[in-house]
Parts: sequence; structure tokens; C-alpha cells
Amino acid sequence: MAATWAEVRPTAPPGGRTRRTLLRGLPIVPSVVLLVVFLAGPILYCIYAAFTNMALTGQVGTQFIGFANFTRAFSDPAFINSVWLTVVFTVVSAIIGQNVVGMVLALLMRSGYAVARALTSAFVIGAWVLPEVVAAYLWQAVLGPDGSWNTVTGLFHLPPQNWLFTTPIIAVSIANIWRGTAFSMLVYSAALSEVPRDLEEAALVDGAGRLRLLTSITIPLVRRTIATNLMLITLQTLSVFGLIYTMTKGGPSEKSMTLPLFAYNQAFVSADLGYGTAIALLLLVIGGIFSVIYLRILSKSEPVR
Amino acid sequence: MTAAVTAQAGTAAPPLTRIRGRGRPRLSGRLLASLILLVLAAAFVIPLLWVILAAVNGDPNQGIRIMWPHPFTLDNFKAVMTPETTYIPLLNGAILCVGGTLITMVCATLAAYPLSRYRSRLKRPFLVTILFSTGLPITAIMVPVYGLFVQLALDDSIPATMVFMATTALPISIWLTKNFMDGIPIELEEAAWTDGASPMRGLWGIVMPLMGPGLSVVAIYTFIGLWGNFFVPFILLLTPEKQPMSVTIYTFFGQYGQVVYGQLAAYSLLYSLPSVLLYLVLSRRLGGAFAFGGGVKG
Repeated sequence: MAATWAEVRPTAPPGGRTRRTLLRGLPIVPSVVLLVVFLAGPILYCIYAAFTNMALTGQVGTQFIGFANFTRAFSDPAFINSVWLTVVFTVVSAIIGQNVVGMVLALLMRSGYAVARALTSAFVIGAWVLPEVVAAYLWQAVLGPDGSWNTVTGLFHLPPQNWLFTTPIIAVSIANIWRGTAFSMLVYSAALSEVPRDLEEAALVDGAGRLRLLTSITIPLVRRTIATNLMLITLQTLSVFGLIYTMTKGGPSEKSMTLPLFAYNQAFVSADLGYGTAIALLLLVIGGIFSVIYLRILSKSEPVR
Repeated sequence: MTAAVTAQAGTAAPPLTRIRGRGRPRLSGRLLASLILLVLAAAFVIPLLWVILAAVNGDPNQGIRIMWPHPFTLDNFKAVMTPETTYIPLLNGAILCVGGTLITMVCATLAAYPLSRYRSRLKRPFLVTILFSTGLPITAIMVPVYGLFVQLALDDSIPATMVFMATTALPISIWLTKNFMDGIPIELEEAAWTDGASPMRGLWGIVMPLMGPGLSVVAIYTFIGLWGNFFVPFILLLTPEKQPMSVTIYTFFGQYGQVVYGQLAAYSLLYSLPSVLLYLVLSRRLGGAFAFGGGVKG
């Protein structure tokens, strides 16, 4: 690998040719070692274990059972339910929630007064800085049976609801939007700050409306950032565990049991390591599918440098 | 890429509405945007009220709901600030997260240098892999990682957990660092190379000092991610004496029937403090929030 590094500019750092090219690749080695040992290794192990009936306690009777874990998953209603909940959670909280709220905040930040900007970014970033377990307790306080949400709806004489009980997947989605929006807001703020002002000004002079300016000039100019950000937040949301686990434990009656929790339950609670890793592997595949879609969008506009 | 440069200059762009002054009431647009912002800010701050109000509420029967503290007290803090509940987990967390952040920063900076400065056939596939593993569901691979740790007799080991946590943060850190480094002009190093300096000398003496804001962003991002990480130490560290605050808050308060919510809230505040402090300290040097997003765009 090290032998193939060539300089960006004609001016080369000093040193003999062979030694130089080796030296160039050298700094990347520590990262590659860590990534291979702790990420690539476990993924390969995951692939192996998924084809066995490995149990959590001892590996004595482990047998290769082919695709049995996967066929079991696809005929398991609990798994299908879990896939749907994962997709709902990801679409509602990341692709719609964090993405849109983050963009709206970033756009408003450009025109709001400094005081409003400072207050809003302090609170939004505060939500992001708080650890996920704390965020989970906060949202129990808001959405629980005597939560402040019901106090608000009570003012309009609506019957009180335990959101964590009736629609737990929506409750955890809201909590995840609250927690993750800061990331999208910061990314979009940075991207929007680079949109050339004279371009927008020219569009306004030509009589474009506010909405038209947004859809025809501003959004297309930052679409690469949107695709990258969507990919990052989608993958992060697919793997959310602590927030849901603390808020609902996947319940009640598995109504918020997304794939990470399902895999955890199978592997660590039911001690069925083989089935658990098979589920985990399917989760990786879902993440891979999303990534391929976003990378397609990215490479259409410009290759990743 | 250029956002990193913008952030260094510390200049926020002027508000957009200024340019649409032509024939339109300029003030109303800004006022409207500000009002909507404040409404959104209120929506974000309401959940925070519970943790603050409950922490100073002396009512032993308070549940998880937002109510005015009566009577006002600091006893909740006193009750949880004991070695086994706060100080030891705090120390464990500090060791795990400071160590993990340092490992990540060193590895990411080293890796970012050739990725930013040289051209290679392997660069694009490597970066795409990094981008993909940025969002790798760590939860998904924890089962085999646990198996790996058990087989290597590394389970319940703080150093091993630290290195693993550093690795989980590595992809996003490499990605961000590389993008920030792209914003540092190469001309300065070329001059140094001509004078006989090695690339590593150029990285340490020229690039690093210019990357202050970018490296701060990576440090904040990594530390907050590790500090909030509950699942990895929850699986890999079994002895309560070795667990960080992220696990203690869950096991101490989450698994027993009777929870004193005032203490839980007080503990939540104590646990959140390091992340908030680090953010406040480092973000002061960044000239606003703009620098954060700069590392994300390809």
C-alpha cells in the first residue's frame, strides 16, 4: 500500500524514492491496524458466527448450520416487526426529523437576530452534548403519563396519554430528533455559509421569490452536503441503542424493538449468539444498502476526494 | 473544506436578509425568523427543565415529571456524590474517554496526513470504506467483539475497552481531520521540504499549529461521543468498580424498582458536566458553531 503514494504537487519531500514512498504510507498504519483488529475482525467473526448455532455460554457444541439463522429470521414475525420499526425509526427521526429540522434551523439562523441565534444554538447543541441515557430520562419526563406533554394537551381538554405506552416508536423518534438535530444544523450552517451571496442576490434581483430561491439556488448548491449528512445520520440512527433501551427497553410488547435491541436480546438475553449475530449482520446489510444509495447520489455529482 | 478556513478566520457570514432590502421590509423578515427560532428553542429547552428542577427538588415522592421544586434543596447532590456512585465512575470515565480521545486524535491526524497530501490509487477506496464505517452500527458488532474479548481474556479490562472505544471513533475522526487538513495550504510545507524538513516535521511544525479549530472540533466530537457511550462499556466492563458514569447511571438508577428521581436528576447533571464544560472551553476558540460542520462535507 505504502508504495503507491504519489505527491499531489510536483515538489516532493526529501528522501530516496523507495524509502520515501514507504515512509509516506507509514502514518496510516496505526489506524489501519486498529480498524482491522477491532472493526474488520469482528465483522468477519460476525459473518462466521451467523452461520452457526453458537451459544453465549461456551462454544463446545457449535455447529455450522448454513443459512438456518437467516431463514429463521425471515419467518420470525418478531424479526419482520423489528425491521419495520427500524425503518420507521430511521425515516421519521433521521431522514425527516433531524435532516429537515436541522436545515430549517440552519436557514433561519442566517436571517435571525444574534440573540435568537445564540439562544437557539445553545439549546440545540445542549441537547446534543447531553449523554444519551440522560436524554432518555428527560424524554420519559416529557412523554410519560404525568409528563409535561399531557399538561399541554390537557389545557385543550384532550385525554392524557402515555406516549411511551401507546406509540413508543414515535416517542423514541422524537427523543432522537431532539438529540441529533444539532449535528445536521451545524453541518448545514457550515455549508450554507459557503453559498455565494452574489448568486442569491442575482436571483432576487431577477425577481425570484423566497421559496424559489431556496429550491432552485440554495438547496441544489448544498446537495452534496445533504447527501453526505443524510448518509451519516442514517447510519448513526440505524445503530441507536442506548436511547431506546433506556426509554422503553424495546417494549411494551416489542412495539419499539428496533434491530439493535432485537439482536442484543437474542444474543445476550436468550444467549443465542448465532441468531443474534445473524440479525446484527442483516442490520449491517441494511446500513450498506442505505450507504450505496447515498454514495450513488454523491458520485453522480462529484467523486469523493 | 473551505469552511475550515472560514472558521479559522472566525468570521460568520452577514445575515442574508441584509441583501434583500430592495423593496422589501427588511426588519420583518429578520423578526419572523427570530420568532420561529425562539419557538424552536423553547421546544428544545423544555425537556432540559426536568433535570434542572428535579435535581434541586427535596420532595421524596416526586416522579418523572416537570414540577416546581418544593422544598428547594441540594441534598440530592450530597446523596449521590459518594465514591462508589460518582467519584470512581467519574475517574473510570475520565480514563476511558480522555485516553480514548488521545489515541483517536493521534491515529487520525497521522492517517489524515498522507490522505490529504499525497495521491494514490488506494485513496478513494480507502476513504469510501472510512465513510461507510463512520456509521457502522457498533451495536451490531458488539456481539462478536464481546466474543473476541472473552477469547483474548480482555473482557473487563479498562485499557482494552479504551482502545476499542478509540477505534469506534476513528472513522469519523479520520474523515473530519482529513477534510480540515485539506483546508491548510500545502505551499508552506513545500517551502519547509525545500529547506530539508521531513514530512512529519512539516505535519508537527506547520500543519498542526494551523489546525487548532479543526482539531478542537474532532476532540469535542470524539470525547462527547465516548463520554455518552453507554453500550460498549456496558458490554465489555463487568465489574461495577471499573464502569464509567454512563453505565453507573443506568445500572444504579435504571434496574431497581424504587428510584429517587431527585438523585437521578442530580446525577444526570453531574454526568453531563464534563461534556458541557469541554464544549464550552473548546468552542470559545472556534469563533462560533460554524467550524463544526466544516469537516463533514466531502
